[in-house]
Amino acid sequence: MAAPQIVMQARGLVKRYGQVTALDGADFELRAGEILAVIGDNGAGKSSLIKALSGATIPDEGEILLDGRPVHFRNPMEARREGIECCYQDLAVAPAMTIAENLFLGRELRREGVLGNLLRMLDKKKMLEIAVERMADLKVGIRSMTQAVETLSGGQRQCVAVARAAAFARHVVILDEPTAALGVKEGNMVLELIRRVRDKGLPVILISHNMPHVFEIADRIHVARLGRRAAVLNPKKISMSDTVAVMTGAMKPEDIPADCLA
Amino acid sequence: MSTVKDRLPPLSQLGPFIALAVACTVFGLTTDNFFTAANFSLILQQVMVVGVIAIGQTLIVLTAGIDLSCGMLMALGSIVMTKVAQDFGLPTPLAILLGIGATTLFGLLNGLLVTRIKLPPFIVTLGTMNVAFAITQLYSSAQTVTEVPEGMTWLGNTFELAGNPVAYGVVLMVALYLATWFWLRDTASGRHVYAVGNNPEATRLIGIPTDRVLLGVYVLAGLFYGIASLLSVARTGVGDPNGGQTENLDAITAVVLGGTSLFGGRGVVLGTLAGAIVVGVLRNGLTLMGVSSVYQVLITGILVIVAVTVDQLSRKGGR
Repeated sequence: MAAPQIVMQARGLVKRYGQVTALDGADFELRAGEILAVIGDNGAGKSSLIKALSGATIPDEGEILLDGRPVHFRNPMEARREGIECCYQDLAVAPAMTIAENLFLGRELRREGVLGNLLRMLDKKKMLEIAVERMADLKVGIRSMTQAVETLSGGQRQCVAVARAAAFARHVVILDEPTAALGVKEGNMVLELIRRVRDKGLPVILISHNMPHVFEIADRIHVARLGRRAAVLNPKKISMSDTVAVMTGAMKPEDIPADCLA
Repeated sequence: MSTVKDRLPPLSQLGPFIALAVACTVFGLTTDNFFTAANFSLILQQVMVVGVIAIGQTLIVLTAGIDLSCGMLMALGSIVMTKVAQDFGLPTPLAILLGIGATTLFGLLNGLLVTRIKLPPFIVTLGTMNVAFAITQLYSSAQTVTEVPEGMTWLGNTFELAGNPVAYGVVLMVALYLATWFWLRDTASGRHVYAVGNNPEATRLIGIPTDRVLLGVYVLAGLFYGIASLLSVARTGVGDPNGGQTENLDAITAVVLGGTSLFGGRGVVLGTLAGAIVVGVLRNGLTLMGVSSVYQVLITGILVIVAVTVDQLSRKGGR
């Protein structure tokens, strides 16, 4: 079997906030076409890892490689320019703005000609068309792209947030707790959407506390612990309780059966 | 596909127009001179100063902030521009620029304190309100500046439109409203103002430089206050160190009545124009009815509270 193609990689990431060391030499590896779940207890360094990968924070040490090429993101915009799209927990959308506006926030399209160049007028019609098309592509069944996001249900809102990331990513989609605070049905709706994103060929990094969801859709599980990567597990081989044991430190990484590692 | 319901503005945005219609009907029925072209022309002239201040205030409220210094900055600007023209005989355009520059600098100061030191806008502008007031009093020695060059009052002149007098300043005000409306509605940077007010953290994580948007809004507001200074000088013919006191609250009233949410991220600047006209109509109509100015203050105060209540309730209901 050929070695899996690695899309994104990080080595020895360190991030300190004053006295607190959030990342203490964390490694990371994302393969092409997979859903990689990132789990860990509170304070294990999940968020800091994701922020470093998406440009929201700058790590103090370590390197990040994208397709084997070192990258240094100074802000989320630079990560986006490399085709990395991120959807943050609870923070993904502007509720009073329309779905189409949310999809295009920060990447608005201007009209052609004088109206666009001189008056910087937005091309709302084109943005709407593209929004409809991309959302249809992802099979997000929302009727109108011109309704405000706050008129949607929690699950639909989260789908918009995920689609926002997925519709424009060319490289990597990062999702932070996309199913948190959702009911069973709505959670499944979002999981379905995440699968479709992967099936389009985009690798997905999924941060989640929800073990059943992680085991349902992840291809591999990255376990963060004490600011480092404790292990990468294979959800088809390892049990949920052993995974939690690794996460909490009850099971040492060296005690994990070899066939459970991924 | 958008439905009719999507296109209809929510109640909070229709509010000022309803209030305006009600007020006009009441005053039309109870006074003789209300529904005259001359009176409407007068109302618009009375509104133009508050109206332009309220544009700046709207921008700040859209970002979930508030500017308590707006009226005082307007007074400062009018003192600076009239005083430098009177004392140093500076050419009128330069004097005007200095006045507008002073208010814009204060806007920059407000913005820097809000974005760099992360102070709450309420406290920042409460401070700069008093600082600006003191500077205005000190610089003018609390004296009204009466020697105003003619070029500075030109915007107060009127021209005939279909037989009715219209002040040039009113035209400027309407033009500023339309320009701001276009900017907020149809350009990316304008939409970012809403995004910042809606969900600042998400907007930042999306990669929009939220601090730059905020700073820009405060500077722009300062610029509008400066233009309002000029309009105030044009309307009254003097530099008044005690000006801006009613305008301060009236501008906030206009914004809130106009349906812009104090929680940020929702509102239309044209609503503020309607709100400003409501305030002007109320003051004018009540004066025509012979109601004393204390009651006008009372009614304006109640109106603000009603408008904010509608905002709060519709926000809860809308979720």
